[in-house]
Amino acid sequence: MAINIRNLRYRYPGAGDFALKLDHLDVEAGSSVFLQGASGSGKSTLLGLLSGLLEPEAGTITVLGQELSALSGRERDQFRARHIGLVFQQFNLVPFLTVEANILLAAHFAGKQPGAVRSVPALLDRLQLPASLLARRADALSVGQQQRVAIARAVVNTPELLIADEPTSALDADARDGFMDLLFDLQRECRMTLLFVSHERNLARRFTRVIDMRELNGQLPAGGVHVADSGVA
Amino acid sequence: MLLTLAWRSLCNRAVSVGLTLLALTLSVMLLVSVEHVRREARDSFGRTVSGVDLIVGARTSPLNLLLYAIFRIGAASNDVSWESVQALQQQRQVAWLIPLALGDSYEGYRVVGTTAAFFEHFHYGSAEPLVFASGTGFESPFSAVLGAEVARQLGHDIGDTFELSHGVANTSFVSHEDAHFVVSGILAPTGTPVDQGVHVTLQGMEAIHLGWANGVPLPGRAVDYSDAALLQLQPDSVTAVLLGLSSRSAVFGVQRSINDYKAEALTAILPGVALAELWTLLGAGERLLGAVTLLVMLATLLGMATMLLASMRERAREIALYRAIGARPWFILALIELEAVLITLGASVLGVLGVWAGLAWGQTLLQERFGLFLSSWPVSVNSLVLLAVVLASAVLLALIPAVAAYRQGMAGRLKPAG
Repeated sequence: MAINIRNLRYRYPGAGDFALKLDHLDVEAGSSVFLQGASGSGKSTLLGLLSGLLEPEAGTITVLGQELSALSGRERDQFRARHIGLVFQQFNLVPFLTVEANILLAAHFAGKQPGAVRSVPALLDRLQLPASLLARRADALSVGQQQRVAIARAVVNTPELLIADEPTSALDADARDGFMDLLFDLQRECRMTLLFVSHERNLARRFTRVIDMRELNGQLPAGGVHVADSGVA
Repeated sequence: MLLTLAWRSLCNRAVSVGLTLLALTLSVMLLVSVEHVRREARDSFGRTVSGVDLIVGARTSPLNLLLYAIFRIGAASNDVSWESVQALQQQRQVAWLIPLALGDSYEGYRVVGTTAAFFEHFHYGSAEPLVFASGTGFESPFSAVLGAEVARQLGHDIGDTFELSHGVANTSFVSHEDAHFVVSGILAPTGTPVDQGVHVTLQGMEAIHLGWANGVPLPGRAVDYSDAALLQLQPDSVTAVLLGLSSRSAVFGVQRSINDYKAEALTAILPGVALAELWTLLGAGERLLGAVTLLVMLATLLGMATMLLASMRERAREIALYRAIGARPWFILALIELEAVLITLGASVLGVLGVWAGLAWGQTLLQERFGLFLSSWPVSVNSLVLLAVVLASAVLLALIPAVAAYRQGMAGRLKPAG
């Protein structure tokens, strides 16, 4: 099981309402999940919790068999660096670093030497990017190229879980298809679990499972058992 | 990796970082040069005279006497008559006496009329005697002994001849055309006003004024410049007299007797006391200058903190990204701190080099105009301590943006809000 969530409650500091109420979510290892939802549906909160950047008020989150609340802040950062790859809609790369430095920065945070991770030139080649990009500054790349480098950055530490948050929103149709193809190829190749967040429904058909965020977040009655707020501080 | 990141990040914001660096560099230059001038001035003040028990001049304030007799700054309002000099010489407690006749200049350097006693008895620093780098003392009435700086700047060597002009301006309309002085000796550098002096005999000095009245030549007056005739010359007066006593304990008695001297209104001062008084006078200004310098430095460091803080807004995404790929919040705090440290270190190095270059370039000017003898390398233990304090303050003030960044990192948002 890649992700296992039970009775999760999260509230941003100072906020009255829960940003996330999630009673039950299991994601099988190796599966690809399309998480759909409008902005404000709690997607970003869920991703923050899954990657260990946020701590839940109540409930348990188990990622790749590791219960996150059992880890210290430092251990969660390390866990995220080593086991979770993240790709965002934009600003995936440090603009003033070269492509190579960006990818190796992820290896650095995972505490790995450049030799202990996937070969960066091979990774670039795999993502159909010319090796000449390695020495270019990240902000000199086109958006499409940046998103592919973002995948390279996300998978350099061979993570078991790849989380992509609206990674195709900034791409045109052609670039988007190419991006999705590469993403799925890599996912199969590396046997990663893919959690893909998007509001673009037409992408959903390629995934093994589709989850509606509103349903998950207790905003719709369908699916999942609604648990009362009682017992939560 | 942290260092690379900090460096690239700074380079990426070259304009705002460059301006901050410039401001901080100027502040460091101010700080270092004020500290340097303060220390060097204090040193060189203390070094200018040693072994002289009393300085005697016409009735004037002790500071004024010290300034013109030792530092050769300003001019005496009155002279000491030769009769009084002779009377001093007769005094039992007076071991030696150096008369100083000032007022003439050569190529902008002060001409000092004196006797051989000057090279024998005048000391500087910690009782170091004057040493001849080449040549000897006075050999004839028209001998001249040049200070190290004069010889260096004017390129004079032993045996060179030159003429003297009247007055202290470096372009004088009236030259003493008939009297040629011959360089008989060049003194080793002392780091005191002696280096700036053109030392001639009292007779030589008197000779060039023969046939002159009220500062202009008398028409049709021929002067006998033979050595024999010259040796008979005696000055009417001198500007100041330096005294060495046979017993230091006699110093207050002799000082009182000179101050009470009936035939002429004279002032005798103890060099050490007068130097201390002068330093106290300058000390207040020095402390004020120091305080202003520190305030400027503080303002500049606050400016840097503000610059870094302002950059946090545009860097929110960058910080979120570091966190997303596994950076600890401490890493982000350290990154901002390191950027502040890099700017401060850069400014310190540039500032010190700037002061050094400025001093190397302006050294001569300072010596000529203000009689300040500054070594060109401005780094001392004191200035290093000051720079360390600056660095520590920078680290402290950079905590403001660094903690802001840390909190931003702790907020745990994968994307900045919005």
